[in-house]
Amino acid sequence: MYALVDGNNFYVSCERVFRPSLNGRPVVVLSNNDGCAIARSNEAKDLGIKMAAPWFGIKHLEQEAGLVALSANFTLYGDMSDRMMSLAAGLGPTQEIYSIDESFIGLQGVRGDLMKRARTVRERILQWVGIPCCIGIAQTKTLAKLANHIAKTAERKPGSYPSELTQVCNLATLPAQDLEDVLRATEVGAVWGVGPRIDKQLQEEGVRTVLDLARLDPATIRRRWGVTLERTVRELQGQACIELDDAPGPKQQIACTRSFGKPMHELAPLIEAVSEFAGRAAEKLRSQKSLATELLVFMHTSPYRPGPQLSRSVVVPLRRPTDDTLALAQAAADGMRYMYVPGYRFIKAGVILVDLQSADVLQRELDLETPAEDEPKRNRSQLMGAMDAINGRYGKGTVHAASTGKVGPKRVWGMKQERRTPQYTTRLEDVPVARA
Amino acid sequence: MPVAPVRAGFPSPAEDFSVNRLDLTQILVTHPQATFLLRVAGTSMRDAGIDDGDTLVVDRAIKPYHGQVVVAVVDGEFTVKYLHQRAGRVRLKAANPTFPDIVPRDGQTIEVWGVVSSCIKRFAV
Repeated sequence: MYALVDGNNFYVSCERVFRPSLNGRPVVVLSNNDGCAIARSNEAKDLGIKMAAPWFGIKHLEQEAGLVALSANFTLYGDMSDRMMSLAAGLGPTQEIYSIDESFIGLQGVRGDLMKRARTVRERILQWVGIPCCIGIAQTKTLAKLANHIAKTAERKPGSYPSELTQVCNLATLPAQDLEDVLRATEVGAVWGVGPRIDKQLQEEGVRTVLDLARLDPATIRRRWGVTLERTVRELQGQACIELDDAPGPKQQIACTRSFGKPMHELAPLIEAVSEFAGRAAEKLRSQKSLATELLVFMHTSPYRPGPQLSRSVVVPLRRPTDDTLALAQAAADGMRYMYVPGYRFIKAGVILVDLQSADVLQRELDLETPAEDEPKRNRSQLMGAMDAINGRYGKGTVHAASTGKVGPKRVWGMKQERRTPQYTTRLEDVPVARA
Repeated sequence: MPVAPVRAGFPSPAEDFSVNRLDLTQILVTHPQATFLLRVAGTSMRDAGIDDGDTLVVDRAIKPYHGQVVVAVVDGEFTVKYLHQRAGRVRLKAANPTFPDIVPRDGQTIEVWGVVSSCIKRFAV
């Protein structure tokens, strides 16, 4: 049995914890660079704003509908994610942190009323951290993900599913007829592993609902669509094929996390571990042709072992979007050095690459690290030396990469600064103010 | 027959005293996932020893009850006050006679964001 714990509209929910005035208002969080919506409050969804909608296309809603747009504050989201994940871990013995806002929990051996336990964990995350979550429970990861989708949809659109599936949905205990009804009411595109292309092909074949897909013969599926979709169908039929830590990478973040065989308390092996995780994450990143803008490193002690408890995370901004293993490993090691505290027995660490962008839209201008393939190879150390000399003589930022834009107070691409909320939980100067 | 543990070798005189040095985080933070720091702006909690510029340790895991210092959300902003809960009515009381109580208007609720567990006051050094 698996559970999927997923924060609702996660980035928006993080912002609302520290700005309660945003409650009830349409809010979007914009990506750092290309200015499109990467998280939407329910009110923003109700305005018809689509995922990844470009900011220029929805900007008019600021005036017309009171839309609030914020720049992504991954430092804040990373810390809030860390808090949420360590509470979600209390649901069962194993955890796979799948992305910044989702984790799968293995429920093997968990006794008692699972629904009650899940509701308690959900309440605790809401009360302690301030993040509303939905939890899906089922026999396989694909079904758990579907259950989570149902729990969320039931909450957002009352009447779409039976009300008892709201917020926490356990498909494993649903009577067979009710399960069929639920699968029939869900479009096939909602299934984990069915992308837009396969969705279209399935629709053309008359496979419209999840029930249609679940009733297909796995062998036929394999011949027509391959082994990946076959695995999805088997999972929908209740046969677990995807283990924890064995998931395909999501689009928005790539995570590589692992529990250690034995607790680690020294810095050197922790650095080795996160460097390796960064390398693995970099491979996944290149395979989906993306670049990472920031990298999150986290580590925590085991809640099940005696001794002092510690849970830390840090977001390392990358100098420029990259898929370079060395650059990412370096960033992960720097992050670990920064957050490491001696005297604790760490049982788990991980690396999450966030704010991904397509490698196809990489800015090529004054690319100071790697020449494009069609450019002659050149040695940039002289250029670097000249830049440093000029900046040393005439002041910082006199010459800089064109992609940086103007630096200092004259910076005009200030949207990132302008709309970015403070680092409420990670910088003492930035903590929220309480009026007295 | 009573059995006593056998001691071998000469024990270090400090052995029984080897302890961890006091750690302020462990002392001040009971629920790390639920603990946030906030800065105080204003003088309404002066008589409770909470002054302008102090740093509050706020624990969201603690269930708020009558008489505690809490951070509440009033008109979308954080405010620090005493929580006063009597006869099913909730109000927020300042610790400074020049500030009136905050009483919820009809239909308005007071949301307690977290309970203040400590106040950190730093001096010029």
